[in-house]
Amino acid sequence: MKALSKINSSIVPLPIENVDTDQIIPARFLKATTRDGFGKNLFRDWRYEQDDETKPKLNFILNQPEYSGEILVAGKNFGCGSSREHAAWAIVDYGFKAVVSSFFADIFKNNALNNGLLPVTVSENFLQSIFILSNTSTLSIDIEEQTITIDQIKQTEKFELNPYKKTCLLNGYDDIDFLLSKRTAIENFEKELS
Amino acid sequence: MGKTLFDKIWDKHVVEKIDNGPSVLYIDTHFIHEVTSPQAFKGIEKRGLKVFRPKQTIATADHNVPTLNQHLPIKDALSRMQVEALIENCNNHSIELYGLGHPYQGIVHVIGPELGITQPGMTIVCGDSHTSTHGAFGTVAFGIGTSEVEMVFASQCVLQTKPKTMRINIEGDLQKGVVSKDIILYIISKISASGATGYFVEYAGSTIRGLSMEARMTICNMSIEMGARGGMIAPDETTFNYLKGRKFAPTGEQWELKKKEWETLFSDDDAAFDEVLSIDASAIQPMITYGTNPGLGIAINARIPVTDTIPDEGERKNIIKALEYMGLQSGKSLIGMPVQHVFIGSCTNSRIEDLRSVAALIKGKKKNDSVQVMIVPGSQQVARQVKEEGLDIIFSEAGFVIRQAGCSACLGMNEDKIPAGEYCISTSNRNFEGRQGAGARTLLASPLTAAAAAITGVITDVREII
Repeated sequence: MKALSKINSSIVPLPIENVDTDQIIPARFLKATTRDGFGKNLFRDWRYEQDDETKPKLNFILNQPEYSGEILVAGKNFGCGSSREHAAWAIVDYGFKAVVSSFFADIFKNNALNNGLLPVTVSENFLQSIFILSNTSTLSIDIEEQTITIDQIKQTEKFELNPYKKTCLLNGYDDIDFLLSKRTAIENFEKELS
Repeated sequence: MGKTLFDKIWDKHVVEKIDNGPSVLYIDTHFIHEVTSPQAFKGIEKRGLKVFRPKQTIATADHNVPTLNQHLPIKDALSRMQVEALIENCNNHSIELYGLGHPYQGIVHVIGPELGITQPGMTIVCGDSHTSTHGAFGTVAFGIGTSEVEMVFASQCVLQTKPKTMRINIEGDLQKGVVSKDIILYIISKISASGATGYFVEYAGSTIRGLSMEARMTICNMSIEMGARGGMIAPDETTFNYLKGRKFAPTGEQWELKKKEWETLFSDDDAAFDEVLSIDASAIQPMITYGTNPGLGIAINARIPVTDTIPDEGERKNIIKALEYMGLQSGKSLIGMPVQHVFIGSCTNSRIEDLRSVAALIKGKKKNDSVQVMIVPGSQQVARQVKEEGLDIIFSEAGFVIRQAGCSACLGMNEDKIPAGEYCISTSNRNFEGRQGAGARTLLASPLTAAAAAITGVITDVREII
């Protein structure tokens, strides 16, 4: 996993609540056996008419060239539904480094963090301010300081981040290496359990 | 102070708590399937590792398998490759696979319980959000992502932050025609699709005690649809009677020992929950959803909310968007609305008891000509029981099509899809946009309400035909 410490970018606003993982990546695209290439099908059925890449839905945000960037901003309860990690893979593969919302579904949040994608939970008011300024202001995210700033109006909010996960993100550490280092403790635990 | 059921099981499985971080949680049983495991196998192989505890890992193929002609090679090349990858991975890592053609194959959350693999007090994970189903046996069971599947392969542990606890007490008698699916759709409609996010839910109370294991599984199954990490029910005589004699359940002296241990699995009287809700079971009507998340549900005889009167702007926009997708109108009743499809299946409602209840309701009746009805048993064992009990005859005489076991039209990964724009009353768990096929419109309901629509061709209050 790549280390991540600061993000400064324009945003892609998606002011919709309860965006579920079936919208992020529909089930018919889950047949791959690798983690690559899901970005082209991100929000597939919101993005194209009749599943046809030559027919983009022009009112959908990913098809509007004036919006681009490394930060996706969405309404509350983002990532609800299925546990498919393919949703996080699709967002990362598309080029996003962070998702900002006022509320995240649990499994999605874990999946995002396990792929170096930063979920940033902000207050509902702050979220609305981002949406209002979405076509003029960039956002700055500082993982060390746990802050997010709407650059145009210099409004900053602190966000929560589990200290363990913060260390992982800042250093690009991997949970599996950590767990492998605990194998002796795990084997001892198994002996006690049986 | 006493402990909750959740705390008793969780605490016993913590190998180590990281300061200011998650816990290393030991996993007793890991279920895997073809869709969320291949990348995890690749991951550990890249590190030169074998699955650490293959005997605690059980595999099946369910998500993308066809439900017709399962004895033939899978036509869809990508689905076939994924199922073949599962076979190869299970061979390479010495994992028991109940694959296509095996008498135990089926939806992962149906086969675990019916084989007696799922037992009280266990920690259970699977790369599938409906793993919460197993909580009906008094287990801590939850869905995980593929990176976490890889963690369990590598170490038989996951890193997890301990969730908060919520208890939902459900007391009283259910009305005629109201079943466990209605209870959970009612709860989600009250607290919303995110109302339990961050919590592990324990369902308790006299109504829950009176339910069968199948009915309890339906409730725990949909815990994730209100955002909960999982759902659980303390084991009791109903649980023990269900388990006794099942293939992998303990026997003899071991059974007695285990049972004694299981009998300690309940929330102590003075245990504190972070949140407690109380539900009056007698107030619950047969439920149906009208929107595009499971929280957008109403009593069958109620009206869709009038959007103009919804005070919260976000919620109002959300419901307007949902109604537009569904082609439904604010303030209208759903009763009498034609549906083109009825789907009875999924890890929520495809167990033998579900199918028995459908058969009892429709016996001697015929489906309406305007609907297509598909019944997909949750497992090969359920399919066999359907035949043994002669339910297949009742279904065929009614014009219902019976398929082979799998997830099927719940998520439309195989050929079983609902065409764009058409309505399907479905016993599954999600009514998201495009869930049952691009453009498909899903109305979630109980097996009884779905069967009633199959007979009349329109949305029907099942109490009128019982």
